[in-house]
Amino acid sequence: MSRRQRHVLEAYLYMGPWLVGYIALTLVPVLLSLYYSFTNYDVISPEKWVGLRNYVEAFTKDDQFWPSLAKTAYYAGVTVPLGVVGSLLLAVFLNVKVRGTSVYRTFFFIPSLVPIVASTVLWFWLLQADWGPVNRLVFLATGIVLPRWFQDPSWTIPALISLALWASVGGTRMVIFLAGLQGVSEELYDAAKVDGAGSWARLRHVTLPMITPTIFFNLVLGIIAALQVFTSALVATEGGPAYATWFYALHIYKQAFGFFNMGYASALAWLFAVLIIALTALQMRLARSWVYYAAENE
Amino acid sequence: MATAALARTSSRSAAAQRRRWAVVAATYLAMTALALLFCFPFFWTISSSLKTGPETHFVPPTFLPAVPQWGNYVRIWSAQPVAVWMSNSVLIVVATVPGAVITATLVAYAFARFDYPGRDFFFVVMLSTLMLPYEVTLIPQYIIYQKYFGWINTYWPLIVPSWLGGGAFTIFLMRQFLMTIPRDLDDAARVDGAGSFQILWQILIPLCRPALATVAILEFLRQWNDFLGPFVYLNTPELFTMALGIRYFQTLAESTQDPKTHLLMTATIIMALPAILLFFSCQRYFVRGIVMSGLKG
Repeated sequence: MSRRQRHVLEAYLYMGPWLVGYIALTLVPVLLSLYYSFTNYDVISPEKWVGLRNYVEAFTKDDQFWPSLAKTAYYAGVTVPLGVVGSLLLAVFLNVKVRGTSVYRTFFFIPSLVPIVASTVLWFWLLQADWGPVNRLVFLATGIVLPRWFQDPSWTIPALISLALWASVGGTRMVIFLAGLQGVSEELYDAAKVDGAGSWARLRHVTLPMITPTIFFNLVLGIIAALQVFTSALVATEGGPAYATWFYALHIYKQAFGFFNMGYASALAWLFAVLIIALTALQMRLARSWVYYAAENE
Repeated sequence: MATAALARTSSRSAAAQRRRWAVVAATYLAMTALALLFCFPFFWTISSSLKTGPETHFVPPTFLPAVPQWGNYVRIWSAQPVAVWMSNSVLIVVATVPGAVITATLVAYAFARFDYPGRDFFFVVMLSTLMLPYEVTLIPQYIIYQKYFGWINTYWPLIVPSWLGGGAFTIFLMRQFLMTIPRDLDDAARVDGAGSFQILWQILIPLCRPALATVAILEFLRQWNDFLGPFVYLNTPELFTMALGIRYFQTLAESTQDPKTHLLMTATIIMALPAILLFFSCQRYFVRGIVMSGLKG
């Protein structure tokens, strides 16, 4: 065996675990899922081919298809922009070179370590309308009666959004922003200072353009994660009250593991995958006009 | 003349100095206010966990328990099978984290240091799996495990995937970190006759400690906090993890006349504590791991 052959063979050996995992846990399941999406299948009796019926049903007959998509879009549409901007602001804040920032960083990071089940239980009690502290304190301080978060269908999604923001603003996303900020070279700031740029102008015209790749990275991952919101909605109210938090992922879950409509749930999952991939592709296209990669211009 | 000019400059710089101090003070103030706001949920949970059952439902709520019920932290272990759930969670973490760290390192090594046909293709394929919603693979995986392996209501569906690369994000992080280590080190070792595994084990691994710690922490959090996996695959309460147990307990705590919220909060704290402690003990590595892997787009 030549050295080159040996090199390639070794590479594939190291790749082995992932290759096996990719084929067994991703590729085969994805293809199976596509197949099931054209069938009726309840796990017990053999699957029955129904052609495109599941897809047609999703678009035309399913009462919760469009509403669950709309609720998911609402949740993601608020959570992602607020979350990304919040993390960025916090990172800019913590990047100021004053003493003690690492203590603050830890404070803001801790919520992201709390298991989502635990934080949802916690939020449920914090926002409890009668004996929860938030509603009470706000009432005592200002006389304003806050909504009954988890009983009032129009306020349950905002309650879950606030939970998601608390749990994620200071988390890994913020640390990634910090890493991005620390990668901006001091020379650029010095040059801007010589040109008379104040701190706001430096932030606007040096920092922001230089970290657009980081913003893009966090935006893409943030959208993918937010669209798949599931656990908080399930633990807080099981999709209720009155389907208020019946997000798309919950809809798929209930179809698959509540009613064992595996075929229909697979069709829903495929539509979801297509939607997420299309959204990501769209963002990559849009990125060309606003993301600045320093390396390309060197 | 000269002294007057000097006085003017120094008073100007004194004003600038004062402005700088004001900015720093305002920053501290804002950060402190925000940090307190972020901490309030923890304060409330800890306070609730030390109350008696009825005390948690007082209107208006009390900030602190009249008498701290430290006994809640003893009672919780017998009120619900918390000990069982806890040891189940520990078992899963012990069985998965090493798998993810080891296999992700091997795969990342192939991506970072080898040159072979298909590498860039596989890399793109691997990253694209990040886009794939888990529902697409969860349903067929469930069916496969159920039909061909009989793995429903066992830990295998939760453990096995960790030993097969441990996820695209983990591999990506390790690969980025490995790329930052100069290749001269490998080459020097190779000249000395070291094989590829020796290079990985003796040269690269010792330099990768921050990345390994980061990957281990992320994987620990992922497994410890995972809800959907156990929720789909586990049915019997004896097999429940902490995440499932808390949810199970919550549905009980709400449905009974006698409020158990204080114990639910106790259980919540007990579940959150290991993750927080682990983070504190490895914080130094964690931030460095993310910064040095150049994970920023």
